[in-house]
Parts: sequence; structure tokens; C-alpha cells
Amino acid sequence: MAKKRRQIPIPILEPIEVGSESPRLEVRRTPKLYIGGAFPRSESGRTDQLALKHGDLANVARASRKDMREAVRVARAASDSWGSKGAMVRGQILYRVAELMEGRAAQFEADLIAHGRGRRAAAAEVSAAIDRVVWFAGWPDKIPAVLGGTNPVASSHFVFTIPEPTGVVAIIAPESSALLGLVTRLSAVLAGGNVAVLLASESAPLPAVTLAETLAVSDVPGGVVNILTGRRAELIPHLVRHADVDGYDLWGCPDALMIEAEQGAAEHVARVARRPHGSEDHEDAFDGERGERIDALSAFLEMKTVWHPIGS
Amino acid sequence: MATGRRPRSGSTTASLLTGSAGSSPAATPAPSALSASSPWSYAPAPESRDVAQIRSRYGLFIDGKERAPSGGEVTITYNPATEEPLAEIAKGTPEDADRAIEAASRAYRKVWSRLHPRERAKYLYRISRILQERSREFAVTETLDSGKPIRESRDVDVPLAAAHFWYYAGWADKLAYAVPGRRPESHGVVGQVIPWNFPLLMLAWKIAPALAAGNTVVLKPASTTPLTALLFADVCRQAGLPDGVVNIITGPGSTGMAIVTDPRVAKVAFTGSTSVGVTIAKGIAGQGKGLTLELGGKAANIVFEDAALDQAVEGVINGIFFNQGEVCCAGSRLLVQESIAEEFLARLRNRMSTLRVGDPMDKNTDVGAINSRAQMETIGELVASGVSEGAEIWQPACDLPTRGWFFRPTLFTNVAQSHRIAREEIFGPVLATITFRTVAEAIEKANNTAYGLSAGIWTEKGSRILHVANALKAGVVWANTFNRFDPTSPFGGYKESGYGREGGLQGLHAYLRSS
Repeated sequence: MAKKRRQIPIPILEPIEVGSESPRLEVRRTPKLYIGGAFPRSESGRTDQLALKHGDLANVARASRKDMREAVRVARAASDSWGSKGAMVRGQILYRVAELMEGRAAQFEADLIAHGRGRRAAAAEVSAAIDRVVWFAGWPDKIPAVLGGTNPVASSHFVFTIPEPTGVVAIIAPESSALLGLVTRLSAVLAGGNVAVLLASESAPLPAVTLAETLAVSDVPGGVVNILTGRRAELIPHLVRHADVDGYDLWGCPDALMIEAEQGAAEHVARVARRPHGSEDHEDAFDGERGERIDALSAFLEMKTVWHPIGS
Repeated sequence: MATGRRPRSGSTTASLLTGSAGSSPAATPAPSALSASSPWSYAPAPESRDVAQIRSRYGLFIDGKERAPSGGEVTITYNPATEEPLAEIAKGTPEDADRAIEAASRAYRKVWSRLHPRERAKYLYRISRILQERSREFAVTETLDSGKPIRESRDVDVPLAAAHFWYYAGWADKLAYAVPGRRPESHGVVGQVIPWNFPLLMLAWKIAPALAAGNTVVLKPASTTPLTALLFADVCRQAGLPDGVVNIITGPGSTGMAIVTDPRVAKVAFTGSTSVGVTIAKGIAGQGKGLTLELGGKAANIVFEDAALDQAVEGVINGIFFNQGEVCCAGSRLLVQESIAEEFLARLRNRMSTLRVGDPMDKNTDVGAINSRAQMETIGELVASGVSEGAEIWQPACDLPTRGWFFRPTLFTNVAQSHRIAREEIFGPVLATITFRTVAEAIEKANNTAYGLSAGIWTEKGSRILHVANALKAGVVWANTFNRFDPTSPFGGYKESGYGREGGLQGLHAYLRSS
């Protein structure tokens, strides 16, 4: 019952010589948007070419108004569960982001170098950024004690005031401080229990892209942070008029767009945080104590005061 | 139980809305427990107005002196209870605002910011004491000018105003404790615009923390209620407050805009309608100013089936009829659980029938006069919309004075959440009733508004209070009480009710910036 075997001719392959002088081709990353825990390209299909150091180019996703609306929609959906998370849990989730950033320090550094930062400055900024996230990770369970309290009213009532998150906050990230400024403003908003739609630095978006990739594998639920890259002048006028955004961090808003941005926010009584008097959009604007501030945290907190009579 | 209850009237809508005497909504009104023929009627108990010396004309208060308005024009402020003119008031112009800001700016640079904080504190204590000493004069003036019952101006507005100055006086030399670890600084000149519903109290809420933090002030009172602010100017003089630290500019809204948009004004505080608040916020956009807004409200007063019903009735009455309902945090939406709605509404109608509506100067009056003819028209228009949109209206039989602007306490039932009376701030004695079945439904309906200033919860179950209070999007939640205020306790809203807080440490923060 032996089968008849057909002879198949076996081709003989020439071995390829791998020379030591031939470099491995780098696998490049596609910089994408980060919306609802996923990494879509812009629905518009648009990208902007961004010149990097050494003549490299990146095709950065150019978010559209529709991408922005989608980001606000998923942020709103994520808002309740993030805002009602226990304070300590929120702090631990933020701390975990710092842990994961530490593991990606080399990439953050490479991003900053690609955007023109010196090697030493880039390393220092990455370290400071990680430490800044840790600084904010300690805030959630201390906010009520520092900003809220019990009120000794004259009448016979027990009265307490507790800070609560405002909801959906749109962040115009600092333009120059592409990583430290970014994590400072974002961590403040998250520590307060708010969710974010963030518009990354237009000239230096890569750290925001890497941060998105870090957040995606962290314990921050999808939708809590949404990161858009693109052209600020194109997106800001519409972002500020989106009635489902409760607050705006306009720290990084270009001066030329500031009046329009604040007017748009005013139309739906949105809360606004901005650059303090005298501070400029510099690379070092968030160094040290200048960045260890809670203005972007407290700007998006609502104080709720509850009264109850005392009686027998 | 429901002695005051009457069937829905068949009379014309127009007669329901004027609110004037003789236009009772019912064809045959049930006898009121308060009618003159009743053995339970109250004898008149009028407060003497002698204590208030209202002058025939008032100027502006700039740099410690009374000044005539640059345009030479005046307006008249009326007594809402009689429609009689009380005094001629200076119509301040943008030019006057400019002078006041210049004076405030100079006072800030040369005097107030250089003063030892301990001395600043003592000025505020002085002001508080003078308000207490002259409390009756302030209460009577307030009631004559605003139409609010003397009982309220005497027991609430004036004592609370004095308490606010007392509370913030103590902060003036303890600012380092207000922002631990940071260096607190004052803003400079603060521009403030206040409404007509609590003229003196809103002045105190604005001026006391501003001065304590080291700022100087230009304040514009409401056009229809300037008198207590002008009387306060006299208190500043009596306290020896340095010239220019407080400036008071009466005038129209355009003058207020001139104040807040001036580049020398570093911080703006406004209490009033959401539409004006938005206009102000847009007007100062890009100027880098601090801004706090205390705007409108449409508070839900939620009554659960296990509530102590008579206490809840009192709370609902207080919630909507305090100050004729002209309160931004008024409990203007009654959310009552379906299982008790019928009984609760019967008790509520009964209680409404015993409300004494009339002369604000009578110490027995519960509901006084509506502040202005314009406000009467606004209330009438919204009540008419309630009727035309299909809600059921009920008003108690009560005699209203023949003169003055009075509006009958009004209860709407069968109200849909889409009705204008359930969505828009009425700022009058009008209560819209909506029912619910479950706790979740109550929360959803309570939060179904663009506003978020206040809310009320009535239940005997503690865990439910905390659960509902947690879920409500409102800046002040009163549980088993309503319309309580205290200088130590922050007040202010979520959403379109504005931002920033007044009162307490949080209220002080608005007047400080830290470096």
C-alpha cells in the first residue's frame, strides 16, 4: 500500500551575506491621536509634516473638529467613574503613570532631542516630569483637607465643604515646555478628578504622543485622557465653544487666540485657568517650585457645601 | 387638612398674573384664615420708618467724598410697596467710574496696601460694629427700598452683613494661614457689581473679603436698590476708613461694564443674572483679570416619602417664598415623591393660605413687595407661560394691597421638565411641582437644569441624604433645612450658576493671588 512519491525539485537558495557595516533599518513610529484609549489616525486623513533634528521628518496626525468632538464625547462618558474613584486609588493610578514613564525615559528623551533639546537638558526634563507626576499623585487624598473643611456656622447646623471635580477639562498644553509643562498641567487636572481633552504642543508634539502610549498601558481608564495633535489656530476656536466642556486650561493658548478663547469659554460659563501674571511660555516655565502649584487643580474643583441641622 | 384648597379657577389668565388686589383667581374665593373678619386675623404691626432718614438726593461716593455725577443726571428709586419715589440717585457715567477707579488705585498704592494688616482688620471690625449699632436704620432703609419684609431685613440681611465684616476682619492679619506655603498677595483694585435682591448683604459679601485681602473697591449697586450702599458710604466715613478704599458708583449697567472692563481693575466679582454674567466674562476676556460669578439658579427641593412632612412643608415655603422668591438659590422646583404627593401638596396649599402677603414694613408680613415693575412683568410672563404650556396653577385667596407691586404666592402642579417654569429662573414667589418615584429619578430630575447653585433634601434617612447630596450638581445642599447662610460657609454654584465662592476661606481665596 505504499504511496507513490513524486519527486519535487528543491531549489537551492544562495545565502545572503549580512555585513557588519550595513545598519539595521529603524522601525518608525506613526504618531497618532489618542481617543478613548485607542490610537486612531485623524478621521480627516490629514497629517502635518514636522521637521525633526538631523533632517528627519514626522507625519503628525492633524486632528479635525470631528476628532475633537469625539474626544469630548468619550471624555464625558469616562468622567463620572473617574471623578468618583476613591482619592487614594486616583493617586495610585497617577503614581503608576510615573512608574511607566520611568521605563520609557529613553524614548521621552529621544523625543525632546528630536525637537531640538540638548541631550543633558532632555534628560533633566524627563526626570523632572516623572517627579512632577509623583508630586501630583500625592494630592488627591489631601485636597479636601487643604481646600475644603467644616464650617463653624452660628446656627445649630453641621456644615461641611467638599471639593468635587468640575468634569471635562480641555487643556491647551504649554507650547515650549513640551514634556514637563504637559505632565504638570495634565496631572493637576487628573489629580482633581477631572478628565481631559488635551491639545499637544504644535511645534513639539512627540512627548505627548509618547505620553499617550504610556497612558494606554497604565491604569488610567480609556477616555480619561484624550490627546490631540494638530493645528491650534484651527482647533481652539471650536474647542472653546464646545458646550460639553466644563473648563479650559488656557496656559498654552497663544496670545493671539486668548480673547477668542476666553469669550468662547464665557459663553457657556466654563471655568478657565491660565498662565499667571508675568510667566511666559518658556522651556523652563515649570521648573522646580514654579511647577509645583495647584492652580490648574483648584481651578477645576467645585466646592459643595452641605448643611444639616443638629438636634436630638 | 386642606382647608385652603380651592378648585382650579376658571377665570382668565390675565387676572392671575397681575397679582393686584381684587383680581382673585377664584370665582368664589374660600374665606381666608387671614381675612379681616376672621378672629385669627393679625392686627397691623408697622415698623416705624422714623429711624431711617432718607435724603431727597444722593451723589456718588468717590475718594471718601460725595460727588455729583459728571453727566448731571439722576434716576429715581422707588418704594416697591407703594410705588412712591424715595430719592433721586446719581446716574454715574463711565467718567465717574474712571474717577472712582483712579481714587481706588491711589488708595491701594499709597494707603491700604501699606497699612499693617492688623490695622486693616480693625477697620473691618469697626465697620461690623457700626452696622450692628445702626442695624435698625439699615433694616428699615433696606425694606423701604427693596420691598422685602422688615422681618427678613432685620433678622437676616443686616445681621448677616455685619457678621460677614466681622468674619473677614479676622482674616486680614492671618492671610499667611489662608494659603499655607505660598505668599498671598492682593490683586489691587477690585470692581464689583451687585444685584437688587439682597442689596446690603451682597455688598458685605463683596466688600468684606476684598478689603480683608488688602484690595480696594469700586462697587456698583443695583439701579433699583442703591440706598443701603449709599448709607454704607456713611459707615465708611464714620469708621474713618481711608479715602478711596471703598468707592460706590450708582448708575446703569453700562457704568458697571465701564468699571469691570477698565484695565486698572485687576479683579471682578459679579452677582446677578447668567446673561449679564456672560456679558461681563466676554467683556473682560483676554485682560487677565480674576473673575468670580454668582449667577442664576433653579434649585430642586426634593421631598422623599419618609420626610418629616410638616418640617418639609415649612422648608419648601421658606425655600420659595423667602424674599418673595427673589433669591438666586430659591427652591423653585419642588420634587416630591409620588407616594406622598397628594398629601404633601394639600398641606402645602394649606400653609400657603396662611402666608401674610402685604406691607413689607409690617412686622407680621411673610411675603413683601416685588422689587420693580419690570420684575413683576417678568414673573407674570413666566406664570402665563406655565398656564399656557398646560401646568395647573393654584393661588391662595389673600388680599393684596391696592398699591405697590405684589404677586400672589403661586403653586404649579403637573409641571413637565420641559416647561419654561421648570427651566427658567423666575425670581418670584412661584413654585413648580414635579413628582418622582425613585431616588435615582429624583437625582436625575434635580440635575436636569443648566444651573447648579443649590438644592434641598428632605428625608429622615441619613445615608440617603449623603448619597443624594453627593450626586447633586449643586454648590450648596441643604438637608432638612433651606436658605441658610453664614459668613464661615462658602456659597456659589456649579455649571451656569457661575464660579468661585463667597464666604469662608474659599471666598477669601478669590480675592488673593499667591506667588
